[in-house]
Amino acid sequence: MANLTRREFLAGAAVLGAGLTPSAAQASGGRSPAPERSGVLVDTTVCIGCRNCEYACKQAHGLATPPQEAYEDRSVFARMRRPDDTALTVVNRYENPRKPGLPVTVKVQCMHCAQPACVSACIVGALTKAENGAVVWDTDKCIGCRYCMIACPFQIPAFEYHKALQPRIMKCDFCFERRKAGRIPACVEICPMEVMTFGPREELVRIAKDRVRRFPERYVSHVFGEFEVGGTDWLYLSGVDFAALQFPRLGRSPAPGVSESIQHGIFAYFIPPVSLYALLGAVMWIAKHSPESGEEA
Amino acid sequence: MDRFMRPTPLPRRFLTPGVGVLILLALNGLVFLAGRLLFGIGAVTNLSNQYPWGIWIGIDVAAGVALAAGGFTTAALGHVMHREQYHAVVRPALLTALLGYTFVALGVCIDIGRPYYIWHPLVMWNGTSALFEVGICVVIYIHVLYIEFLPVAVERFLGRVALPGPLARLNPLAERLLAALDRGLARTMFVFIIAGVVLSTLHQSSLGTLMVIAGPKMHPLWQTPILPLLFLLSAVSVGFPMVILESLLAARSFGLKPEMSVLAGLGRMTAPLLGVYLAFKIGDMFVRETFVHLATFNTASVMFMVEVLFGVVIPLRMFMSRAVLKSPALLLTASALVVAGVAVNRVDNFLIAYTPPYSLRPYHPAFGEVCVTVGFISLLVLLYRAAVLLFPVISLPDRTLSPKAKYTVHG
Ligand code: SF4
Ligand code: SF4
Ligand code: SF4
Repeated sequence: MANLTRREFLAGAAVLGAGLTPSAAQASGGRSPAPERSGVLVDTTVCIGCRNCEYACKQAHGLATPPQEAYEDRSVFARMRRPDDTALTVVNRYENPRKPGLPVTVKVQCMHCAQPACVSACIVGALTKAENGAVVWDTDKCIGCRYCMIACPFQIPAFEYHKALQPRIMKCDFCFERRKAGRIPACVEICPMEVMTFGPREELVRIAKDRVRRFPERYVSHVFGEFEVGGTDWLYLSGVDFAALQFPRLGRSPAPGVSESIQHGIFAYFIPPVSLYALLGAVMWIAKHSPESGEEA
Repeated sequence: MDRFMRPTPLPRRFLTPGVGVLILLALNGLVFLAGRLLFGIGAVTNLSNQYPWGIWIGIDVAAGVALAAGGFTTAALGHVMHREQYHAVVRPALLTALLGYTFVALGVCIDIGRPYYIWHPLVMWNGTSALFEVGICVVIYIHVLYIEFLPVAVERFLGRVALPGPLARLNPLAERLLAALDRGLARTMFVFIIAGVVLSTLHQSSLGTLMVIAGPKMHPLWQTPILPLLFLLSAVSVGFPMVILESLLAARSFGLKPEMSVLAGLGRMTAPLLGVYLAFKIGDMFVRETFVHLATFNTASVMFMVEVLFGVVIPLRMFMSRAVLKSPALLLTASALVVAGVAVNRVDNFLIAYTPPYSLRPYHPAFGEVCVTVGFISLLVLLYRAAVLLFPVISLPDRTLSPKAKYTVHG
């Protein structure tokens, strides 16, 4: 200790700092999503609440599926339901404040955010945003920490709490496997009312705005998902205020924005931690710098 | 090192009635733990898709990390700033931190769905994740803590190696190894001590970044971009009170005389640290104008007031008083308030403040969840007791011990 020079200190600090902190290159999140990625436009004014999408989704994902007739049971609308580990999408019913007696039914699933909070949060990068717009989950990576559930502004990812081994994070995967085979999402395909339009997101935004312009008495002039949390790839049109349909009120900035810039600030190319290390080293050296002082750690 | 005080393994027997109770609580926790491992998290907890994190994260992990802050604050004081007079508390604080973090790691292991994948973050890096940052720092810091504790273990056995039976032939070799380790450690320890302080600063603050991403799901009284700073400041200010509390409890439990001069010194330094924390906490509240939420009477506003009033304001005032610094009972009270305050703050941040927009049923910890947490804490106290009986951690006057030592156990 006595013959330690300041340079040795700094060198040691740099080595340690580099080894200890995540790569700065990785710390810069928010890579912009592919512009030609797909999305789905959901027009809630057309939905009749038949819940065929629920059925098709389960079938497509090999989940336990009751017979199709069971979905005619409308008593499920009595209470609000959420997507969970047994259903990646659910339909809820809401009173229509503009036309009482004509309730609105809304399908809920992952919104496939352009800059997803779940992807930013996941400790091991098990969630990724694919080129085609789908936010998918990788069972070979996930440790089951459920931080993605904390992060998601739409409260979508669900967890298999009753499995001791390999519990999964369950959420709509935009029918990733089907689409690899060139097919459209199961829910979109089955819908008898063509509530959902599948296509390039940019085109969907155009279509949505066009509908709002042409039928101002039918729609509120708001395309939900165009800007919310930096834009989502699933978009919604509605005839009533989105708040009445329990859509969350969200700002335009991407959900991971704040936390990522904090992260980035704390780590900015290791400079803060390494400086702190060097500073502490200097303090230690000065505090101890009496020639006789034997080192005793 | 102080000439009159020297860390010594405590000459006490391990078993007492209190220890017996702790053993029972620990075993009970283990039973429920087995349930979790065999039948899944859902079998023992009340966690749901709306409330993915419960008391295992809020208490075992978040509060645990905060309360282990005594380790790095005293290391900074004793080793980095080289305040010799505080060396007596460095080892107990180091031991607490070591045990504390070990249990944080255990807590994480049982809370994640796939404990056997716990090593994944070491190779699958996601630099945008605050959780990754916390995880990787904690993993490295645990290793640093064990390295920092090595000299204590070496000191215990150096010159005293006596392997039984045929192994006795290895004694000289073991001695030589220990001696080499002793020399090597003495020369390189500064690297680890500074690393420990840096790592603590990083992950204590990143722990605060964790909930920022929850956005509007978090109550505005707690949701603020300066959460990392608040977490760091509160961790720094809970470090010394935690050491004081632990030292006074250990003194009482082992029938020793508390080192009041050292503890009063720590108490005096706590006041300004708490002051800075309070200033930022209140300042933030005014900048974001969140005080409006205090006007509504609900769990959130009450918990916020409890946290700030009993956890910060009252102990701050107490630590500023000479009478408090002189009295073991009052010092204990003030420290306990800060410790409880920070624990409540972590629970507030991770549980109370978290209000999902679509809640199907509220979250209350299940009986099994509580049992596991209580079991872990009991196990920790038991290990602490075993460690101070085995290793030179607690400083004793260098004369023979007072023979009339009478002791009771405090949880
Ligand atoms: S809605 Fe939630 S789960 Fe889906 S991409 Fe966005 S953040 Fe991820
Ligand atoms: S639960 Fe799995 S997918 Fe979700 S954040 Fe944790 S590791 Fe990632
Ligand atoms: S896109 Fe596929 S996974 Fe998503 S809700 Fe529709 S059917 Fe289910």
